[in-house]
Amino acid sequence: MSGGIFLLVRRSLRQHAFSTIITVLAVGLASGLTMSVFSIQQQTREAFSGGDVGFDAVLGARGSQLQLVLNTVFHLETSPGNIPWSVYEKLKEDTPGIRLAIPYATGDNYFGYRIVGTSTELFSDFEYQKGQKFRFVGDGRSFEDGYAEAVVGSYVAEQLGISVGDHIHPSHGVNYAEGSEHEDEYTVVGILEPTNSPSDRVVWIPIEGIFHMDGHVLKGAGEHYEHHGTHAIPEEHKEVSAVMLSFSSPTLGMNLNQQINMIGKEYTLAFPIGRVMLELFDKIGWVNRIFELVAYLVVLVSGAAILASIYNTINERRREFAILRALGARRRTVFSAIVLEAATIAALGSVLGWLFYGVILFSASYAVRKETGVVLEVFMLHPSLYLTPIGMTLLGAITGIVPAYKAYATDVAENLIPHS
Amino acid sequence: MVLSVNNLKKSYRAPDGETSMVVDVASFAMESGAQVALRGSSGSGKTTFLNLVAGILQADSGEVILCGKALHQLNESNRDQLRARSIGYVFQTFNLLQGYTAVENVLLGMLFGPGADRAYAEALLERVGLADRMHYRPRQLSVGQQQRVAVARALANHPDLVLADEPTGNLDRHHAGESLALIREICKENEAALLLVSHDDTVLEQFDTCQDFDDINHAMREVAS
Repeated sequence: MSGGIFLLVRRSLRQHAFSTIITVLAVGLASGLTMSVFSIQQQTREAFSGGDVGFDAVLGARGSQLQLVLNTVFHLETSPGNIPWSVYEKLKEDTPGIRLAIPYATGDNYFGYRIVGTSTELFSDFEYQKGQKFRFVGDGRSFEDGYAEAVVGSYVAEQLGISVGDHIHPSHGVNYAEGSEHEDEYTVVGILEPTNSPSDRVVWIPIEGIFHMDGHVLKGAGEHYEHHGTHAIPEEHKEVSAVMLSFSSPTLGMNLNQQINMIGKEYTLAFPIGRVMLELFDKIGWVNRIFELVAYLVVLVSGAAILASIYNTINERRREFAILRALGARRRTVFSAIVLEAATIAALGSVLGWLFYGVILFSASYAVRKETGVVLEVFMLHPSLYLTPIGMTLLGAITGIVPAYKAYATDVAENLIPHS
Repeated sequence: MVLSVNNLKKSYRAPDGETSMVVDVASFAMESGAQVALRGSSGSGKTTFLNLVAGILQADSGEVILCGKALHQLNESNRDQLRARSIGYVFQTFNLLQGYTAVENVLLGMLFGPGADRAYAEALLERVGLADRMHYRPRQLSVGQQQRVAVARALANHPDLVLADEPTGNLDRHHAGESLALIREICKENEAALLLVSHDDTVLEQFDTCQDFDDINHAMREVAS
């Protein structure tokens, strides 16, 4: 008997192939869109706020913690200002409980990709994820302090076709403008292996390189200092955009937070980094809710599409139902066949939805990686990937109830006679 | 006894609100394997009578006993089941489902009763001379071929009783004769009783037992008087 219902469903879908295909496409798009919204939402939230970024805090100029994090961890936004080099040295040398302090200086780019001046500890001691240190492709290596050498992130190398031994000229500013190239030339000595993190979009040079770059003005001592020639820069003139900190004790973060953010007025400590980013997501939470609402509406519209596509055929199929009933089909068989037909359309659409999901997520992943270096996983198993098809199939079955009832109520004797 | 009808009445409410009796049969019976023809003019209530016998329509009063089961004592679902297992129906317009192939249409005849048996469905189509048309859709078949598919479908569930409502009404004289002979032969081979209604004398004269429906349907007698 159940095989009979499946035969009825198969034949009906075949008989109304055009409307079936269109409806399946509509459901597929709705399903794919819904899965994408929830998956992208969770993945971006985790990548920007929940993920291990290798640091516990960032110290920078007085200003917005969010701007500080976006600038240093995600290499987005501009720096809120600079802090004297001595602050970095004090933290590194004289503050117990600091496991790692890495300077961060920006202000230049290479064809739009950010150039960051830092120390070699970034490659020797820093873990961009727990247990994961930067690794070099092939024979590449870290730059050496005092040399005009550069290490290039994997995405930059891939996009610009850079390899070890190439020479690059930094351009002034964080955005590329033709004619803004510095005279300084750097030799690429290492290409980093992909990390699927914002670091892939960065060109790293020794921090001294930033200080010595022609045209750069240093204000570490409060007065303008422009370096000329090859002599050493006095320590007091040096300055950095930020210092990235890793603590051996979490209580230190809370103490520093108290001292720097609440008592002090000179600097800003972004701590903990995850909380700072979560605040951003909380602020833009309404955007996510709008996306969710749109996704739910699209799902409802696709449910209506299923209803319309089947409901519209019921009148022309009344004779078919009457014939089936005359052959012994029970009312509930006809009813079940229609509900199953609606559910099948929804289920087929949901299967197609995985394909649309893949396309949407692949495109989104490409765009997000291009802009931020963060990689979204197309194949990450998000609950929406199975909850959406289940929900969609149930919705399909529910929408099938109305036309199914119409079919259920078909008068057999009246509809056995052909109507011209 | 495959069919026994007693004091069967069915009336319809006309658009003007008046009730008109369409079927009023005091007594009618058929033995297993019998072949009976009922003569009746258009609008005489023949189709309604067949639908009452098949359990498609519910009588106002009276009883239809089909294969030993009183239809009025069964609920709709059980009537459907009895129809699916015991009755084959050949309609004047064949009522084949257009989206299904010939063999699928025959399969539908058994789907709700004994269950699908593709080999038997194919054997029936071979028997009616459509071995090479099994996967054709009704639109791809001639009227005569469609009629044969309808006959095969009516026999698909191994029925005890085949009801034929003007089965040759859409066929020309030559094909009507052939088709009628086929229906009778196949019913005989399958030991199914055949109750045929028609207004065509050339059809009716081929039956040993032919009754005037107007004689057994009191409703029409009242109208006539």
